[in-house]
Amino acid sequence: MTRLYAAACLIVVALSAPFWEVSAQEQPDSCVACHQNFGDDRLGKPVKEFASDIHSTRGFGCVACHGGDANDPGMGAMDRAKGYIGKPARKELAQLCGRCHSDARFMRQYNPSLRVDQVAEYYTSVHGQRLSRNGDEKVAVCVSCHPAHSIRPPSDPRSSIHPLKVAETCGRCHADAKTMEPYKIATDQLGKYRESIHWRTMSVKGDLSAPTCNDCHGNHGAAPPGMSWVGNVCGQCHTVMAEFFAQSRHAKVFAQMGVPGCATCHSNHDIKETGDAMVSLEQPGVCVGCHTNQDNGGKVALQMRAALDSLSGEYNKAHAILLQAERAGMEVSQAQFELNGAKDALVKGRAAVHTFSVEAISKETLPGLEIAKKAYARGLRVLDELEFRRKGLAVSLIIILALIVGVVLKIRQMERKKKAE
Amino acid sequence: MAADATKPRGKLWSWLDERVGLADLEKLAKKKQIPVHRHMVWYYLGGMTLFLFVIQVMSGILLLLYYRPSAEEAYESVQFLMAEVQFGWLVRSIHAWSSNLMIFTLFVHLFSVLMLKAYRPPREITWFSGMGLLGLALGFGFTGYLLPWNELAFFATKVGTEIPGVIPLVGPFFRRLLRGGDEVTGATLTRFYGIHVAILPALTMLALGLHLFMVQKHGMSTPPGVERQGGEKRVMPFFPNFFLRDLVGWLSAVAALAALAAYFPVELGQKADPFQPAPIGIKPEWYFMFMFQTLKYLPAEILWIEGEILGVLGFGLGGLFLLMVPFLDRRTARGEPSQLFAWIGIGIIGYILVLTYLGYTVSPTK
Amino acid sequence: MAEENTNPEPSRRNFLNWFLNTSGGAFLLAVFYPVSRYLIPPEAAESSTGSVTLALKPDDVKANTGQIFKFANRPAILVRTAGGELRAFSAVCTHLSCTVQYRGDIGHIWCACHNGHFDLNGQNIAGPPPRPLDAFVVNVRSNQIVVSRSA
Repeated sequence: MTRLYAAACLIVVALSAPFWEVSAQEQPDSCVACHQNFGDDRLGKPVKEFASDIHSTRGFGCVACHGGDANDPGMGAMDRAKGYIGKPARKELAQLCGRCHSDARFMRQYNPSLRVDQVAEYYTSVHGQRLSRNGDEKVAVCVSCHPAHSIRPPSDPRSSIHPLKVAETCGRCHADAKTMEPYKIATDQLGKYRESIHWRTMSVKGDLSAPTCNDCHGNHGAAPPGMSWVGNVCGQCHTVMAEFFAQSRHAKVFAQMGVPGCATCHSNHDIKETGDAMVSLEQPGVCVGCHTNQDNGGKVALQMRAALDSLSGEYNKAHAILLQAERAGMEVSQAQFELNGAKDALVKGRAAVHTFSVEAISKETLPGLEIAKKAYARGLRVLDELEFRRKGLAVSLIIILALIVGVVLKIRQMERKKKAE
Repeated sequence: MAADATKPRGKLWSWLDERVGLADLEKLAKKKQIPVHRHMVWYYLGGMTLFLFVIQVMSGILLLLYYRPSAEEAYESVQFLMAEVQFGWLVRSIHAWSSNLMIFTLFVHLFSVLMLKAYRPPREITWFSGMGLLGLALGFGFTGYLLPWNELAFFATKVGTEIPGVIPLVGPFFRRLLRGGDEVTGATLTRFYGIHVAILPALTMLALGLHLFMVQKHGMSTPPGVERQGGEKRVMPFFPNFFLRDLVGWLSAVAALAALAAYFPVELGQKADPFQPAPIGIKPEWYFMFMFQTLKYLPAEILWIEGEILGVLGFGLGGLFLLMVPFLDRRTARGEPSQLFAWIGIGIIGYILVLTYLGYTVSPTK
Repeated sequence: MAEENTNPEPSRRNFLNWFLNTSGGAFLLAVFYPVSRYLIPPEAAESSTGSVTLALKPDDVKANTGQIFKFANRPAILVRTAGGELRAFSAVCTHLSCTVQYRGDIGHIWCACHNGHFDLNGQNIAGPPPRPLDAFVVNVRSNQIVVSRSA
């Protein structure tokens, strides 16, 4: 069988002699020469794909991973004695990639800033642990996320690990009920994530710094964040809230109850856009899970909500009246500029919700309330000015009308007199 | 104002009369007579347009005191005018509304003259100068629209100056000349400003002088239909009878302007940013709408000519045809009824009305 | 009808002339009042433009401090670095549009709302802000600070 292949290979090579000659002068690569010309897609596809792989563009050939001798034009190229290993075993893949990627000295020649601890990290991940301890070969290995012959850097939008593609890449296994069945873990994470504000920020607003799977779970060391440290993970970006929360009474209580910090109110994969409605004892409020309007916490929740509502109400009122004045052609840019302060206060007040203290929120919202009221008063004054304009108009219209009447009477008088003459 | 010429006048009158010859002027004004008939109402439109033009000149001069013609400062200076200068909003709104009303009355004046066949000999030159004034007024509107340097005006000007660019051979050069460069930039603004406040006013003075002189020389035209009916010819002295009637119209226009300015002050919008994508639903001023909409409906290619070129060519020929009507309408010139040109006039009016209507009702994304 | 030709005519005419003169005068007043008010220069003597001359003197901004000012209707921040250099940025945080401030203790720009940090080139260096702050050009002409949009 191998003989037959070799013969076929030679014939093909002979037929495509000119091509062979040219590339032989540059860099002899019998792997490409044969695999490329096979009609069999299973053999040809890796070669085609590899052309745009980052390793190929940096000058690595097939033998870098598969071993063997690309200078040998015949089947001798795939001689086990020459180090040929064929398709690497899944179990050994991490070490194979790690031969280069864990070697800081080697990697420095190509990408000095790239980390070299991926393999070590991998073995701390749930994937790596299952592979090494349980011998479970169905878990994700390097090529599960970095497709073997078309690896592209994460900055490339076509890459499987570009921020916009990560969720899809993880979801290939994690959203597949059949694959996940033996592990008894849920498969709804991808669907939920696609509903989340994080995905919307990334996919709609194009903010690639918004988190995807690996930002919370890690990538090579992928694992679910522990109950006690989920707050640290969220706090990477949401620093102010995390700090507030860590010092709040909820931090201790949640730890005692054994429930996660942030996720208890915000859930995990389907984190929705927050709103003041969350601070409520009615749906969709999140306080309602533990508190009623009878207990102290419930009362605090209502007060916090009232503080936010009064500011956002005043802000909206002021914003609306200024907008109305602007639409009417009045110049209110200074007032709008100053109203920014109220918006700031509202944002700060909303962050202060995570202290679960009415005082902390009021400290932010009360000054904002002042600003909003001032802006509203200014809007009223501007509309008054508009009213004044209309009154001025009415006066001048009366004058003009009087003049018109006068002229008309004059004409009549004049022409009557003429007739009379 | 009194009608009696023999009535003793004040000292000032006599002093001036001896030096300027007021009595001669008065005689001239009184000698001028206006035919009285059922189509007479159209006579007021020319005077109304003139009056609105005077308002334009005066409010325009006032605006000049605060306006700064450069891309960096234009928008801000208008904002300053609207916000800080007392009654700045009023002056700007009057200027903008009066321009719209003026172009409206100008169109009505044009079509009333066309329908009443007042262009027939010997008033061809009156007609030509009037057409010239129409062109100048549209030029005023087009150049003035850009001056606040807001988003809408910027993109409308971009589209508007693109259109002459499609004319073969001279188009690109003409577009460059108009824009003061290859793109609409601050250079265009400065150029439009110069055109708006110096070149066009100067040309308008010439054309207007000629127009008024011709009107004065030939007097008001009596429509051929009325002439054919015969009967007793009734007239009314221009001064003071017709003039006072004119005055009533003008005062009404002032009232309308004041009301429009107070209730619908002109907005300023966003400052133009050449690097922003054009907002949806860019629209030219309403009096360019029928042309804008026609160009939209033309297919990309008609036979082997680009649709847009054909459209521009069509409007060019249409304008030329309208200009040449006094020579083309031989029957009217001979004093015979001319059904054909009446129908052409109705056709043009109908076309403009329908296309303008479509321009404002058809969704811009269609 | 008949009475018009007899006695009341002169008084009626006089009244009409009085009425015309009064309303004509009022009309002129109604026109000239706004015009004369319009001609009086307003207190803010100049319009703000693509560049703004600050009310601050260069000496008023101490090293390692920042000042908020209004620039084209949006807040902007003028910072004097510890090295003595003046820099200006948009003060609108790129996260949720709060107004940022300069913090001397950490030596860079900071947004209080969600703890966003920007360095002295306007780059977002920590916290949730997704983009850098827009930078403006600062020029000191004699004793005036002029901030303008970068070309």
